[in-house]
Amino acid sequence: MADLHMTPLNAMHRELGARMVPFAGYDMPVQYPMGVMKEHLHCRARAGLFDVSHMGQVILRAPGGYAAVAAAMERLVPVDLLGLAEGRQRYGVFTDEAGGILDDLMIANRGDHMFVVVNAACKADDIAHMRAGLSGVEVEAITGRALLALQGPAAEGVLAALVPEVAAMRFMDVGVFDSAFGELWISRSGYTGEDGYEISMTEGQTEALARTLLAHEDVAPIGLGARDSLRLEAGLCLYGHDIDTTTTPVEASLTWAIQKVRRAGGARAGGFPGADRILAELAHGAPRARVGLRPEGRAPMREGTPLFAAAEGGNPVGHITSGGFGPTIEAPMSMGYVPAALSQQGTTLYGEVRGKRLATTVTALPFTPVRFKR
Amino acid sequence: MKFTEEHEWLRVEDDLVVVGITEHAAEQLGDVVFVDLPEVGTSVTKDDEIVVIESVKAASDILAPLDGEIVEVNEILADEPGKVNEDPMGDAWFFKIKPEDLSQMDDYLDEAAYKALVG
Repeated sequence: MADLHMTPLNAMHRELGARMVPFAGYDMPVQYPMGVMKEHLHCRARAGLFDVSHMGQVILRAPGGYAAVAAAMERLVPVDLLGLAEGRQRYGVFTDEAGGILDDLMIANRGDHMFVVVNAACKADDIAHMRAGLSGVEVEAITGRALLALQGPAAEGVLAALVPEVAAMRFMDVGVFDSAFGELWISRSGYTGEDGYEISMTEGQTEALARTLLAHEDVAPIGLGARDSLRLEAGLCLYGHDIDTTTTPVEASLTWAIQKVRRAGGARAGGFPGADRILAELAHGAPRARVGLRPEGRAPMREGTPLFAAAEGGNPVGHITSGGFGPTIEAPMSMGYVPAALSQQGTTLYGEVRGKRLATTVTALPFTPVRFKR
Repeated sequence: MKFTEEHEWLRVEDDLVVVGITEHAAEQLGDVVFVDLPEVGTSVTKDDEIVVIESVKAASDILAPLDGEIVEVNEILADEPGKVNEDPMGDAWFFKIKPEDLSQMDDYLDEAAYKALVG
């Protein structure tokens, strides 16, 4: 454990009784005494506080300002960044030459510069990738700041009591605000399907802000266990599981993240790694698709479960990439890849669990309605 | 009552042995969401994997603690797996086994020894 990084809240997690696990090189809370199920339900009903300080925060600057950074960054992601308004952020993916996904990230226009947040496990590679691929852009890996997420229907009221301006933010707005906890970088976003905020603050202010938020009766600390079930119910991908270098954004059903201007016929079509394959798949369809699956019965179908087209015989046609139990839907749920011909909602497939083939139905994602404040 | 090092409890009830998991085990598993029970009438050998418990985190097996025949399973757990967390030592028993040789119980821990094991 000596090799694990610690977030500024490590001691507080332990004091709160968290069970700690190694995750992406960090010593992180997987659950608190409340337990995964109750933490999940608490976040959906009231508000949950997540320590996401392990994620990578990066600032990109160029002499030409945001537009120059955006023009350069569009060579690495199939996203409309020149069209991203100041004070807004977008979801995107770094693609490789084969059209696979190197990481997924959030990209914000902060006026004179770009701010991105990347996954913990990928951050060193992402930073190297940006430094190599963005000539004329200064890539600053932010150190000395931590990241919290406050998610759930009570999030707005709780945070607005400290930073009144956040009440007026819409989903995917970003802003920089002065507060009693120093300068806060806040976005109205998250990865739970709930309304909420992600808040970057100096490491020195992190525990004070976290304790202030937790002092509110509506706010409970939430570990990685419930973070996973919340994002899966919301139909959101976990990098390294649902998406990786073997999946294209089209196969991953992330076409909504590729704006028209970057597609065939658009003003800035292509020009990102793997564009040939990705544009062809956009035009003609991908051979397989990421879908939601609702197993019959109560047995969860977990990551790696092979999927078959029939109850007996045949070879696997796909596999599950994330699976577990959804506390809000009170049922098992999975995501996985299946051939395009078997990806229609209502299609029955069979997952092999402990030698038995159990029926599962292709279902629309998300499993629970998202409640973003549009 | 006897305990296994696999965190099962065994309680003799007439000529049957009722088997469940301990509070310590239930706590370690986290919220239980699915219990796959054996069929009544199954003959089992000690250490056969006969029950699968799925928690929010992972799947775990329960081993047959004795040779014998499964004569009853707790059907309540099929619909209410969360009972395993609420009352692991009581209502949430898993199965009743008709043992071939009750002296196999002698190998297991008494309550004091089990408590020492889990600290």
